Amino acid sequence: MTPLIQCSALTKVYRMGDADVFALDGIDLTIEHNDYVAIIGPSGSGKSTMMNILGCLDTPSSGQFLLNGRDVAKMNDRELAATRNREIGFIFQSFNLLPRATALENVMRPLVYRGISRQERRERAREALALVGLEARVSHLPNELSGGQRQRVAIARALCGEPSLLLADEPTGNLDTATADEIIGLFDRLHRAGNTILLITHEPTIAARCKRAITLADGRIVDDRRREQVLAA
Amino acid sequence: MLLRLREGARAAWDGVIANRSRSGLTIAGMVVGVAAIIVVVSIVQSLSQSITSSFDSLGTNTLSVRAYTSFDEQLRGITRRLTLSDHRAILGRVDGVEQVTPVLLPFGAYGTRVAAGGKTGFTRVYGVTPNYQDTFKVYTAQGRFVNAADEQAARKICVIGTKVRENLDLPGSPIGQFLRIGGDWYKIVGVMEEKGDVFGISQDDYVAIPFSAGEIAVADPGKLDLSITLSVADPDAIEDVQHRIVQVLRENRKLRPGDEDDFKVDTAKQLTQSFDRITGAIAGVAVGLVGISLLVAGIGIMNMMLTSVTERTREIGICKALGAQRGDILLQFLLEAVLLSLFGGLLGVLVGCGIDLIIPILVPQLPAIPIPVSAAVGSVVFVTAIGVLFGVIPAAQAANLDPIEALRHE
Repeated sequence: MTPLIQCSALTKVYRMGDADVFALDGIDLTIEHNDYVAIIGPSGSGKSTMMNILGCLDTPSSGQFLLNGRDVAKMNDRELAATRNREIGFIFQSFNLLPRATALENVMRPLVYRGISRQERRERAREALALVGLEARVSHLPNELSGGQRQRVAIARALCGEPSLLLADEPTGNLDTATADEIIGLFDRLHRAGNTILLITHEPTIAARCKRAITLADGRIVDDRRREQVLAA
Repeated sequence: MLLRLREGARAAWDGVIANRSRSGLTIAGMVVGVAAIIVVVSIVQSLSQSITSSFDSLGTNTLSVRAYTSFDEQLRGITRRLTLSDHRAILGRVDGVEQVTPVLLPFGAYGTRVAAGGKTGFTRVYGVTPNYQDTFKVYTAQGRFVNAADEQAARKICVIGTKVRENLDLPGSPIGQFLRIGGDWYKIVGVMEEKGDVFGISQDDYVAIPFSAGEIAVADPGKLDLSITLSVADPDAIEDVQHRIVQVLRENRKLRPGDEDDFKVDTAKQLTQSFDRITGAIAGVAVGLVGISLLVAGIGIMNMMLTSVTERTREIGICKALGAQRGDILLQFLLEAVLLSLFGGLLGVLVGCGIDLIIPILVPQLPAIPIPVSAAVGSVVFVTAIGVLFGVIPAAQAANLDPIEALRHE
C-alpha cells in the first residue's frame, strides 16, 4: 500500500533581504496510514512551515511531496484547494471556527465546497458532532461554547469530510490541563478508530502519547523515534 | 453549480445581515438615486401624456402654423413672427382648407396692461375667431364667447379668464362691466371655465377679443404675434395642404430658394412628436445625472466591501483551509455586493412609487401619475450591474488572499 505521506529532500526557502533562509532544509519523511505522529521542536524550527506544506496550504521550494501517491508540489491552486478539502482535516490552536455560524454549520462547511446536498451535509455533521460528544450543542454559536467544546467542534469539522489526514497544530495550546487531557483522549480514540493523526506540539507529555515523535531543529529532522523506543530510553 | 450559487447567496446574505446598519447606510445612496429616477420619469411621463392628449384632441385633420426662430437667430436677438399678411395669404391661396382658427396676440407674447374700476393688471390678450372654442375645446362658464357678429363688426367686447377677474377685483358676475385694454374700452360678455395652474403658472390669465378687433388694436406691428390652426377638408390630403402652405408662406415671406423656413407647419402628430422629443431630452438629462449619482453610490458599496474583506480576512483564510475554491469566495463577495445594490434598488423603487402616490395629493393640478414600470425595471437592472462592477475588485481581493497569511491575520 502506498504510504500516506512520502517526502524526499523537501526544502522551503524564504528570501529575507539579501539572504535565503531555509525554513525546511532537506526533509525526508514517510508516514503510513493510521499512524499517530507528533512533530516537536522549538519555535523557528520549521514546524509551522512543515504543517503548511503537509496541509497543502503551501508548496515546497524543491523536493517531492507525495500525498496518497500524488505529487502536491506540482498542483495548482485549484487542485490544492480540492486536496485540502478532501484529504486534510485541520485542527488549529485557536479553533478557527466561523463566528457567525452555529456548531452544525461550522462542521458542515467543508462539505459545502464538495457540492454535497444540504440534507446529507446535515446528517454527516450531526454524526461527527455526536462522535465528539456535542450532539446537544448543534445550534450553539462558537461564543456560546467553552474552549474545550469549541475545539471539539473544530475536530468534528475536521472529521466530517473523512479526510486521509488529521492535521492538528498545537490543538491544546489554548486549553487548561484537564480540558487538554480530554482532547488528547479524543485524539487517542480517533486514532484507534483508524484515523491518521499528525499533531504539532511542544509539550513532551503529549508527544509521549503518540506512537511516533519527530523532532525538528533548524529545518531538519534531528530525531525520529517510535513510542516503544521512547519508553525504552 | 446551482448549489454553489445557493451557498454563495446564503453566505452573502449572512454578510449583509451581520453589518445591518452599515449595509443600510451604504445602500441609502442607491435608494435615493433610484427613487429620484422613478419620480422624475413618472412626472415627465404624466406631463407629456396630458400635453399629448391635448394635441390629440385637435384631431388628425388639423395643421398648426407658427413662426420659427432658429437658435442661431435667437442668439442674435431676432424673433420671427407670422404676420397678418401671412394669414391673408393662407386664406386666399390655399385650397382644401375647411376651417381656419387664427390666434392673434396684438400686444405680443407678453400681453399688455388692462384696467377696470381703478384696478390695473397685466395679462395676455388673444384675438380669436368664434371657432376658437371648438378647436381648442375651451368654453365659457358665464355669458357667451366671441360670435360671428362680433367678428364681422369688430366689436369691442371681450371674454376673460377667471384669473383676470380675480386680479382686477371684478364681481363674481362681471358681465356688462368694461375693461380697458391698451387704449380702448371693451365690454365683458363672458367668463371662461377655470383651467387651474400647471407648475404654478395660471392657465386662466388672459383676455379674448374678436380677431378683427385685435387687428385694429395692434399697437406695434413689430410686436404682434400670430399662430394659425387650421383643419383640412380631406384628412388624406393633409400633406398636400401642408406643402401648399409652406409654398405660399415662403413666397409671401420672400424667402430665397436657399433660405430655411422661418416658420413651421405641423400636423397634430408632428407636434406631439416634437414635444415628445423635448420631454424625452429633459428626462434623459435628469436620468443621466441621477445615473452618475448611482455610480457614486456604487463606489460607496465598493468601499464597504473592501472594509468587510479586511475585517473577514481570517474567516476567508479558514474557508480556504477547509477547501474553498477561489471561485467560491469570489462568488460570495460578489453576490454580497449585488445583494446590497439590489436591495437599494428595490427599496428605491418602493420609495419612488410612494412619492408618486403622494404628489397628486400635494399638487392636485397635475394629471394622474403613472407608475413607470420600464424605469423601475431599468433602474433596478442598472443598479445591480453597478453592484457587479464595484463588487468585482473587493471580491477578487478576497479570493486572492493567501490562506496562510489570512489565517495569521488577527
